[in-house]
Amino acid sequence: MNTLFDKIWDSHTVRTLDGGSCVLYIDRQYIHEVTSPQAFAGLRQRGIEVFRPSQVTASPDHNIPTQNQHLPISEPQSAEQVATLERNCTEHGITIFPIGSERNGIIHVIGPQTGLTQPGMTIVCGDSHTSTHGALGCVAFGIGTSEVEMALASQCILQSKPKSMRINIEGELGKGVCSKDIILYIISKLGTGGGTGHFVEFAGSAIRSLSMEARMTICNMSIEMGARGGMIAPDQTTFDYLKGREFAPKGKDWDAAVERWSKLRSDDDAVFDKEVTFDAADIEPMITYGTNPGMGTAISNTIPTTEKMDEAEKVTFDKALSYMGFKEGEPMLGKKVDYVFVGSCTNGRIEDLRAFAHFVKGKKKADSVTAWIVPGSKEVEKMAIEEGLQEILHEAGFELRQPGCSACLAMNEDKIPAGKYCVATSNRNFEGRQGPDSRTMLAGPLVAAAAAVTGVVTDPRELL
Amino acid sequence: MRNKFTTLSSTVVPLPIENIDTDQIIPARFLKATTREGFGENLFRDWRYDKQGEPKADFVMNSPIYKGQILVAGKNFGCGSSREHAAWAIDGAGFRAVVSSFFADIFRNNALNNGLLPVTVSETMLAEIFKAAEADPATELKIDLEAQTIEIVGTSSKESFDIAPYKKQCLMNGYDDVDFLVSIRNEIEHFEQR
Repeated sequence: MNTLFDKIWDSHTVRTLDGGSCVLYIDRQYIHEVTSPQAFAGLRQRGIEVFRPSQVTASPDHNIPTQNQHLPISEPQSAEQVATLERNCTEHGITIFPIGSERNGIIHVIGPQTGLTQPGMTIVCGDSHTSTHGALGCVAFGIGTSEVEMALASQCILQSKPKSMRINIEGELGKGVCSKDIILYIISKLGTGGGTGHFVEFAGSAIRSLSMEARMTICNMSIEMGARGGMIAPDQTTFDYLKGREFAPKGKDWDAAVERWSKLRSDDDAVFDKEVTFDAADIEPMITYGTNPGMGTAISNTIPTTEKMDEAEKVTFDKALSYMGFKEGEPMLGKKVDYVFVGSCTNGRIEDLRAFAHFVKGKKKADSVTAWIVPGSKEVEKMAIEEGLQEILHEAGFELRQPGCSACLAMNEDKIPAGKYCVATSNRNFEGRQGPDSRTMLAGPLVAAAAAVTGVVTDPRELL
Repeated sequence: MRNKFTTLSSTVVPLPIENIDTDQIIPARFLKATTREGFGENLFRDWRYDKQGEPKADFVMNSPIYKGQILVAGKNFGCGSSREHAAWAIDGAGFRAVVSSFFADIFRNNALNNGLLPVTVSETMLAEIFKAAEADPATELKIDLEAQTIEIVGTSSKESFDIAPYKKQCLMNGYDDVDFLVSIRNEIEHFEQR
């Protein structure tokens, strides 16, 4: 009567302290340049080594440029962070995939892509979108830098066990509706705190029917409803995805692994602390209108009104709309779009680029739109070139950039200018997220493609 | 060894906004340091300063009347990114506790790991604190970690709050988790053999 989450968590608990804090063993730790330097400095100060360097993998991603990666990073602080990561990895014997190398990319894209992420694992990284890896049936979650230091020092972290929650999506998705729409829909219903304190399992026939990469998009944004993490039970889709990947088990080990992984599911009588079910048929292409990911709506809807809101809610809502330059009750369709950003650990995988490229094939980018198409990894970039996507994009007036986190959080040069509107396939529309005073509308790759060719918010179903 | 937290009595800085995310607490462009120091000056950077770097008069931290070591904020404080820089920035700006009716999980852990106490109060209590601070900026809160209580000084408004017993001990004694985990490396090694 255990949930999948319980099974993995409990089998990784070294010890439970009085009062319930768990010493949780971590199978795999990912690190990047922004949230790790202070952790290594802490180890140095304490005079201790990394406990299990072979279980740690590093990739610079957050503030690397997405053009001319063969040149030195021009911004001195970014260059210093990336150099610090390289030094720390060399000093402690940690594998790193440097900028420009064939395995480099956004850490949450390359973990699954290389087969380092496997079902049943516990995985942490100093990044809230670590939940992405849960799509393969892992307990994966973001941690702070002090916890990065704990995991480096002991391969464990101290953590209270979250409650369990299951979100079921049943039925068939409509035409032109993708996994990004599912997760934006869920967050719009549950709010940005709807999952706080919980670890979410996504289930139901609509989830089962999704590809591995589409599942990653859903788990990726679990944190945007406050959840500690999100996960999907491994199945044939998972095994087919992993088979033959560089770090996946091989031969007899593979067979044994699949047998083990096949048991990773919630028991039929498992009880969740919270459970909700949505009908897939109710989900339309989504877009956000406000300054948190819960402020989203079906693209054909109007922005909500404040009638039924309490005072505290209204203050926050008004502040968000005023920032966005929108008014309550307005339609989203037809709103001007200045920038389109396709990429990030949410929607920067090959299937996302394929969806975007196939949509814009034979069409032209609107002159008024600046578009940044940023692959999630070097491998995704390579595939996009080999499959001819780059050519399709080029003919439609788009340019494929080099991999990195890019305009998702604008730590590199890819910043949306103040006051400009950007339809972004990334995960956060917070004030200033894509650059000071930038205005973000979150959406999936098809909505982004429709905006890119029309220059305004457009229902992609009309152009399919 | 970190600073020990026992009791704290202080006036408050009220920020009655909900869902304050870590990008507001410390924008990503200020995450490029490789040390833990210096984040306080960029706390709430884009709410606190205009593009020229001048303080915005309407932001509470620039108000001459609201000062103190306790930040009080609307529900779902600290949602978003896992950046511990958010806790470092709040700590660096001189706060020792944050009071809200609801905290995002990662932020709560990050705060606790830095000796910054997140205190979860009821919606009613939060509304009372905002009201009291608005009426009189000299309003003080008293937080007693040992007793796990928070009160508006001089009133009958008092509540108890939850904290994991282990974390409470860490805060009260200035311990941190790395010391503890390194001390049980043998047990962890044994666990790995199973």
